[in-house]
Amino acid sequence: MIKKGLLATAAFASMLAMGSVSAEAKTFVYCSEGSPEGFTPALYTSGTSFDASSRNIFNRLVEFERGSTIMTPGLAQSWEVSEDGLSYTFHLRDGVQFHKTKFFTPSRELNADDVLFSFNRQWKADHPYHKVSGGTYEYFSGYVSFPDILQTIEKLDDKTVKFTLQKPDAAFISKIAIDFASIHSAEYAQQMMDAGTPEKFDQEPIGTGPFQFVSYQKDAFIRYQANDDYWSGRAPLDKLVFAITPDAQVAYQKLAAGECHLIPYPNQADLAAIEANKDLTVDSQEGLNVGYLAFNTEKKPFDDKRVRQALNYAMNKEAIIKSVFQGAGKAAKNPLPPTLWGYNEEIQDYPYDPAKAKALLAEAGVTNLSTDIWAMPVKRPYNPNAKRMAELIQADWAAVGVNAEIVSMEWGEYLSRSQKGDHDTVLLGWTADYPDPDNFLSLLNCASAKSGGNRARWCHKEFDDLFNEAVKVSDPEKRTALYEQAQAVFKEEAPWVTVAHSVVHKAMSNKVVDFRIDPLGGHVFYGVDLK
Amino acid sequence: MFRFILTKLGVLIPTFLGVTLIAFSFIRMLPGDPIELLAGERGVTPERHAELMANLGFDRPIWEQYFSFLWGILHGDLGVSFMSRQPVLEEFLTRFPATVELAGCAIIFAALIGLPAGIIAAVKRGSAFDHTLMGISLTGYSMPIFWWGLLLIILFSATLGWTPVSGRLSALFWIEQDTGFMLIDAFFSDEEGAFKSAVSHLILPTIVLGTIPLAIIARQTRSAMLEVLGEDYVRTARAKGLSSFRVIGIHALRNALITVVTVIGLQVGVLLAGAILTETIFSWPGIGKWMIDSIFRRDYFAVQGGIVLIASIVMMVNLFVDFMYGLINPRILHRR
Repeated sequence: MIKKGLLATAAFASMLAMGSVSAEAKTFVYCSEGSPEGFTPALYTSGTSFDASSRNIFNRLVEFERGSTIMTPGLAQSWEVSEDGLSYTFHLRDGVQFHKTKFFTPSRELNADDVLFSFNRQWKADHPYHKVSGGTYEYFSGYVSFPDILQTIEKLDDKTVKFTLQKPDAAFISKIAIDFASIHSAEYAQQMMDAGTPEKFDQEPIGTGPFQFVSYQKDAFIRYQANDDYWSGRAPLDKLVFAITPDAQVAYQKLAAGECHLIPYPNQADLAAIEANKDLTVDSQEGLNVGYLAFNTEKKPFDDKRVRQALNYAMNKEAIIKSVFQGAGKAAKNPLPPTLWGYNEEIQDYPYDPAKAKALLAEAGVTNLSTDIWAMPVKRPYNPNAKRMAELIQADWAAVGVNAEIVSMEWGEYLSRSQKGDHDTVLLGWTADYPDPDNFLSLLNCASAKSGGNRARWCHKEFDDLFNEAVKVSDPEKRTALYEQAQAVFKEEAPWVTVAHSVVHKAMSNKVVDFRIDPLGGHVFYGVDLK
Repeated sequence: MFRFILTKLGVLIPTFLGVTLIAFSFIRMLPGDPIELLAGERGVTPERHAELMANLGFDRPIWEQYFSFLWGILHGDLGVSFMSRQPVLEEFLTRFPATVELAGCAIIFAALIGLPAGIIAAVKRGSAFDHTLMGISLTGYSMPIFWWGLLLIILFSATLGWTPVSGRLSALFWIEQDTGFMLIDAFFSDEEGAFKSAVSHLILPTIVLGTIPLAIIARQTRSAMLEVLGEDYVRTARAKGLSSFRVIGIHALRNALITVVTVIGLQVGVLLAGAILTETIFSWPGIGKWMIDSIFRRDYFAVQGGIVLIASIVMMVNLFVDFMYGLINPRILHRR
């Protein structure tokens, strides 16, 4: 009976015409990995939320060119920086329209009020929108700490906005190109406030971007359509659908069955099969990330740089990359990824040399060292299998007489305890928020040693001075020189073993034309077309 | 009858309080908190951490938090989800129809096949059919949902192309979600083919979620029927010359159903638990998937509110099952 039932069901299913994705409607289906928490990038800051909001619906004053880290004018068509590096004046583009949708019709084009609204909402505690949707502005108040950088934001006229800083910050332009600095419609905000539904503003977004929001069915679909009046030209696609598919294996099956056009995070194990499928393509690019092992430099014997160097020499990175990244990674010698400006090519990595390691340990008077290696319980692009990596390091270190125990725990606890410095050595990594060396090297300065982001708890005066100097200087060549020196100090002092930079993969249908992998990890569909 | 209901309700209140206590403490016992998980690799300064925890009200004494949770329940307020900043009740209600639709189809599927299969197996006890059915149902009962789901996807969706891989509707249909029940919304939408698409999307998840209840129902129906078929009154009925259909279908089945209804009622808990895995694998936007996401993000309000709501539903269904006994077998009502 059961068998009969199954057969009947299967036969019934076969009778049903399967809706597969067709190209003629120019509907692009993206099997996204999760549900956005909301649609205001200042409030909802996961990569998944950014994909669903800032990267397709909104624009910023300054943007990154598609598929690169080059800065390009966004809603500001030009800007000037004062001599002292303290004030930035932005000239807004003319004729930029906000989305016209079922729920909002703009009466005016973009102006300075919208820029002021977008930043003041996050900044001023007495702003009417500050507390809407339980406002905590992780980027603005936390990660880029704008309250410590900004002095004033002024409207000089309808199309001109001036930002004045408390202190020079050479990475300022990069920072306002980050998703949280997306520009919203002040007019829409006012309308929602007047209607008594301000929280709708964060769930039914209005932006200036290439796609406009149509609807969101929680955990199922997000639907967009092309913005006909987009200031940079209408997108080639007519409709864009995010089909939320958290399981990577299922996403791959959907891609193979033609139910979606692109999947963001294919499993390493499926890559060979995807490449072998003649209807599918895999694109790869080096990610802007670094995976590292940090020594707790506050604990003995890791306060001695000879010990840290010795354990650098003792590690066979090539073997790790082959095993953990299955070839999809590159040995790292610097804390910066090689595709980022400021990367110091001249640095020599510690080669794999167990004899040298033993000699250095002996010189430091360290014998029978027992320590730990903390291994992350989660997969990250910069470290797809931390436990395996830890096992390989453990074996390498055992060969030079260092006995290491592998420690693993739940992710939240891992983060908080490593921040408090409970570890001897810890595996972790970083993916860029914005393409500036400042974003990576701030993991190693004295301020973050205090706050805990610096898992090596390493505070080195020479490095710190170079870092602080580089933030103040605006000349790119001088900054590059300072960062190159800082990397040399870092390598000599060895607070980390820089393990690897990973390669990211995107799997897509052959029908997809001109999708470009975003080095910052986003998924941008403007400019993408279907055959 | 009134006394019967009152006794049942009297048991429910302490059970409900127990559930709130477990739901409240369970999520707080897990290591890590929402702020740390949000900050991730970048870390968060202790001052900022304390400030954000205070914003969420997590700096108050634990008993105070618990009582405000209870107070909220009394007022229909389960708090606001930390991740989405939307009221928990609203988050739950927008996803609940998807789970009900799936669980409803699964239990109908399980009962429609399980009941007759169990009856036939009992009637033809010891036959090849009986042995095969019991073998299959033991396999079905022990089937790991995740593996079973993937297997069906790979076979029916990827290899044969008969059913869609996951989701509730093809991405090409843009229909309004008025009721949240995809079958209904798709049926009344203007888009041709939407209903077919909704039905085809339901097939695999229904089979996967219905497999364990089906196995249980078939086995329980069989054993209940066997017991009843051995009773004197069944022999009497047969001796009176009643048709085999009347004896089995009316006299025996009615009594066997008491056990079976209990079993089906108890499956609601199993279904909701199974829905968590089934929804995850089929990207089914119901409460199961939402609970899993909320647990991973340590979204305290969403988890505690979700557990209380789900537990309340299970309790209500069990209460309903108790009343059903009364209808099927009036002796239960009058026993006390």
